[in-house]
Amino acid sequence: MMKIKLLVSLLIIAQSCLASTVEMAYITNEKDDNISVIDLQKQQVVKEIPVGQRPRGIIFNHQQSLAYICASDSDRIQILDLNTEEIVGELPSGQDPETIALHPNGKIIYTSNEDDAILTVIDIASSLVIAQIDVGVEPEGLAVSPDGNIVVVTSETTNMVHWIDTKTNKIIANTLVGARPRSAQFTQDNQLLWVSSEIGGAVVVIDVASKEIIKEFTFEIRGIHRDRVQPVGIELSRDGHYAFVALGPANHVAVINRKTMAVEKYLLVGRRVWQLAFTQDQSQLLTTNGISGDVSVIDVNKMKVTKSIKVGRYPWGVAIRHIQK
Amino acid sequence: MTTLKNSKDKKLALLSLITFLLLSSFSAFSTPLTVELTYLKLQKPHAPALSNIIKMASDSGYQGAKLAIADSNTTGKFLQQNFALTSYEFKKPQNLLARLEENFNQGKRIFILDAPASLLKKVDLWAQNKNILLFNISEFSNNLRNKQCLNAILHTAPSQAMKSDALAQWLLYRRLNKVLLIRGEKPEDIALAKSFKRSAKRYGLKIIKEKTWSFNTDLRRNAQQEVPLFTQTSQPYDVVYVADQAKDFAEYIPFNTYLPRPVIGSAGLEAVSWHRVIEQWGAAQLQTRFTKLTTRYMNEIDFNGYLAVRTVAQAVHKTNSASTEVLIGYIKSPDFKLAAYKGRKLSFRAWNGQLRMPMALVQPHGLVSQSPQAGVLHPKTELDTLGFDQQESLCDKN
Repeated sequence: MMKIKLLVSLLIIAQSCLASTVEMAYITNEKDDNISVIDLQKQQVVKEIPVGQRPRGIIFNHQQSLAYICASDSDRIQILDLNTEEIVGELPSGQDPETIALHPNGKIIYTSNEDDAILTVIDIASSLVIAQIDVGVEPEGLAVSPDGNIVVVTSETTNMVHWIDTKTNKIIANTLVGARPRSAQFTQDNQLLWVSSEIGGAVVVIDVASKEIIKEFTFEIRGIHRDRVQPVGIELSRDGHYAFVALGPANHVAVINRKTMAVEKYLLVGRRVWQLAFTQDQSQLLTTNGISGDVSVIDVNKMKVTKSIKVGRYPWGVAIRHIQK
Repeated sequence: MTTLKNSKDKKLALLSLITFLLLSSFSAFSTPLTVELTYLKLQKPHAPALSNIIKMASDSGYQGAKLAIADSNTTGKFLQQNFALTSYEFKKPQNLLARLEENFNQGKRIFILDAPASLLKKVDLWAQNKNILLFNISEFSNNLRNKQCLNAILHTAPSQAMKSDALAQWLLYRRLNKVLLIRGEKPEDIALAKSFKRSAKRYGLKIIKEKTWSFNTDLRRNAQQEVPLFTQTSQPYDVVYVADQAKDFAEYIPFNTYLPRPVIGSAGLEAVSWHRVIEQWGAAQLQTRFTKLTTRYMNEIDFNGYLAVRTVAQAVHKTNSASTEVLIGYIKSPDFKLAAYKGRKLSFRAWNGQLRMPMALVQPHGLVSQSPQAGVLHPKTELDTLGFDQQESLCDKN
């Protein structure tokens, strides 16, 4: 009887905890060699975690118990235990890892080695490099298709999207895009790939089947010279409605309606806006602003910037963790 | 029977023709495109300088071009394009000209020139009406961009005017309006001073006094005594501009001026197309690649060489052609844009063949600013606030 009571009360506690979930944003600060942790309920930095030199790309494992961080100038990917907040290991990344992506199976990590024009494929369980693929100069944006069949990498100076078969780890196609391609994002249905070009000043949508560009977006903001409009981070909403594009030194995020395929709005954020990340329910979008050293919070329903949170110097990457208390 | 045979033959012929066409078009696609570039350098006699401690690397320019070849080949392997660079150095101008002619006769069409203005003029004259791509990577002379215009040569080296405008804009921004100008006695120092005076006028700065440095004492011992006396003026100044191309005495001016004021121009704050302290917009990666290749830092001439090769490569990537005519057409068209680690796309000015680009303002160990300065406006592109704009240029390339 006691046991049952205990179980019931435990269940109640567990349920009440489920109800109060907390989201924490992890921001890599490129010039502070640390991570700012933002409690999204309090909307402030609650912790700073020291990591390797020049941290940039950051992702979590499926369980959200570990973070993988590209410490570019330390030439390694560090594994951060999110519960103890200690570095518990490293992955053999090759030199100057910049960005990082997890295969949907959760077993493989891809990282771009900017200095060596290489894409490195790492098996997480064995910590071994399975393959290194020669790609263009300064590989940057990485994306794995949701079905796990294709990984793409953009190369900034070669101005290409390289399409790689995840089974063979071989390049199957290359698509030339605008100057200095940065981010790439697949749509949920694996049909389309969105790619930003920083110096080209454009975002293109590529048909995955034909590898052809089917749509190009350019951006015009009153009072800002078109050369300063430099698209970097892209996020696509799960419901298929919107695409958000960080426009770098234009200090704005463009909101694209994916139904009408037209730019709907520009939201003013911090200076040199870089990467973007949604909260779990996608009601909020966070932006890292390199020069102003802060994070802007966008209310997606109201399409308004609601808060700016001061973080470290040159915030670069952002990943949001869902914690159940 | 014969008709049948004939039609069969026709079919066969048609089929083989189609196969041939398919094969030939396939092979045309799969045959790698090879683009050969030639680097020609005239060794300059070393002028004796008082500050002879920090020397410019003798392979400046070439190493930048070499790195750009490597970068272009990384891209080229996905496009079946290959780039190659051959380099020659000469002591006599006529030998360089002879090699140019010889290589042209062998079918070479793309040349990178590390040569002074006098020789560039001869090359330009020789190149008239030839289908040829020539790049100037090391001569900053204003005359070549404004008066004695070179129709056949593109400049990836910025002009003196671009540099002095970049500095003048910064002075305006910082409200350092009163300038003491000091210069050396050589013709190139006079040209530098002239360029700065033009910029000062353009941006409303006042030159309170111009002085010529003609002392020949060894400043390494005497700068502390000599320079304060030399920079004493009846009117106060906000800043000192030094025009000393060879850096004969310029390095001894900062911290020794009569009034404690910043020094700009040939020492102190300098305007350059590249410097080792530039790291934004992916520049950190370019710097790392260069240092790996050469075990030294990338300088301005290296960067100009890099830009020349990247211009050609960008055109070949985009047009998938090695024809000089097609490449020149594309490079001079409004479609051409070059990403060059400067946060802006670069292109060539149609009227004088000058590559428009932002200028970095640096002190020896740090980036101070980048011009064009915020707030300087231009109807077409702010980049044309640096150097000779179309209206004031006497060149007309069209």
